[in-house]
Amino acid sequence: MTVAIQLGIIVGYLLLALAIGLVAYRLTDRTAEDFYLASRTVGTIVLLFTTFATLLSAFTFFAGPNVAYEQGPEWVLVMGLMDGIIFAILWYVIGYKQWLLGRQYDYVTLGEMLGDRFASRRLRGLVAGVSLLWLFPYVMLQQVGAGTALQALTEGTVPYAVGAGLITAFMILYVVVAGFRGIAWTDTLQGAFMLVTTWIALVWVLAVVGGPSAASSALEAEAAHHLALGSDFYTVQWMLSTAITIGFGVAMFPQVNQRFFAAGSKTVLKRSFALWPLLCVLLFVPSFLLGAWARGLDVTISEGENVLPVILAEFTPVWFAALVIAGAMAAMMSSSDSMLLSGSSYFTRDLYRPFVESDLSERREDLLARIGVVGFATASFLASLWNPATLFELGDAAFSGFAQLALPVMVALYWRKTTRAGITAGILASQAFYLSSLFTAVVPSAYAGWTAGLVGMGLGLVVTVGVSLLTTPAADERRTIYFDGLEAD
Amino acid sequence: MSRPALWGWIAVAIGLSALTIPWFLWGDATLVAGVPLWLWWHVGWMGLASLVFWLFARRFWGLGIESDGDSSGGSPGSGSRVDAGGERR
Repeated sequence: MTVAIQLGIIVGYLLLALAIGLVAYRLTDRTAEDFYLASRTVGTIVLLFTTFATLLSAFTFFAGPNVAYEQGPEWVLVMGLMDGIIFAILWYVIGYKQWLLGRQYDYVTLGEMLGDRFASRRLRGLVAGVSLLWLFPYVMLQQVGAGTALQALTEGTVPYAVGAGLITAFMILYVVVAGFRGIAWTDTLQGAFMLVTTWIALVWVLAVVGGPSAASSALEAEAAHHLALGSDFYTVQWMLSTAITIGFGVAMFPQVNQRFFAAGSKTVLKRSFALWPLLCVLLFVPSFLLGAWARGLDVTISEGENVLPVILAEFTPVWFAALVIAGAMAAMMSSSDSMLLSGSSYFTRDLYRPFVESDLSERREDLLARIGVVGFATASFLASLWNPATLFELGDAAFSGFAQLALPVMVALYWRKTTRAGITAGILASQAFYLSSLFTAVVPSAYAGWTAGLVGMGLGLVVTVGVSLLTTPAADERRTIYFDGLEAD
Repeated sequence: MSRPALWGWIAVAIGLSALTIPWFLWGDATLVAGVPLWLWWHVGWMGLASLVFWLFARRFWGLGIESDGDSSGGSPGSGSRVDAGGERR
């Protein structure tokens, strides 16, 4: 009976999303620009929520509360700094500039923008290749999350492979049909839904346990150090490293970066920018406080289990718990569908078109984009069957991997003397460094408490600037296009 | 565009980032209405950040980015009036 209610809610939600996708499909032109960017016409609320929902994946719902449960609520601060402040600043510094450039030169991807400026097909391919390298495991992570959540929710009736497979199939269908417009619309629905259900969940649990003071006393009795700011886990270095690398990494994540190109006008970007910190704090506080308070609330969380579903199952009615889990699934899907779309655009525009078939018609590129979505999703699903590693490790690696791109790109955007050799060396060096820190023992993963991700960012910056100073720009570089004649109206 | 405004805003950005986490409350476990004081600071700070961003967007948007000098650099209100017309172009 319970399982039926839960599955009913999830299936109902999926059908609603599909209906929205079909409406979007009817409005879509059959061009790649429309499929990827809704022809750059997105308004404030939709841009705000699509970025929000895209950014906050399974991480916010599962991994985040788990961290707060294990280590205390400081996670709110880390996420607040990375997403609410650092990302918002980058929203202007990188995003607004990219938006202006995209409008002027019709760029759809980051690689395209850099390849054009530095007159380098290889640089374009490199940026796309590096991005896909990190994007792939991250999409896999979302599928692992969805599969595990469905399995836990139905107490094993729907096994992992079936759950993750169904979600993947649905996402493929959805992305191929709806494109960016449909994704942005459902994101708006999902983002609002996430916000509302998380607050109701918090209020509900607090009402049962007797308010925040009671919840905090219970937590204090169980783990007193959790309420004091800082701990052996939350060190200054760790909090800053994490917030900075993930904040910069987010801005380079293909599905987020591509949204910089999609805004309908300058006003849309401005409003979203100002509302951003509020939106972040509104979601992070209830979600992570629930996780932190759960520690004092006498619920047993078994190894590998997520905190949020367990506490909801304990304190709220079945239908409500299912609703929140559906919200979490929605969060995962809204991240994954955007990632599939962006991944496919990086592949077709920056790898396939420049290196394999240069005279691609618009119609054919549109078709190829959709085929790319199917291939990407299927491959990451198969990979997820083979190796479901933990959410946090994978997610953290991908964000830091993307963070390595941010500083070379920012140098190129704001410093005229950047050369092709400089940015290429900066990207290669920082990627090589970070990958080595992950997979070899030669490069350490921490430096006096600071993470390899942060150190790698510094290395990328130094190499980009240093090599640019030592080399002269190639004759065909378009050195002024990021600077001259950039205005909004 | 005005250089002092640019450097001023860079300082604001760094200042906003620096105090999002209230380092001066390190180790503090004071509770206010059942919620740690440092969390209240954070919530208030995010509200302040939103306000500061709004102000920037209204008056200084384009600073450091748009190449046309006078459209954005500090003349109150001029930046926002240009496209007050609405969402879509």
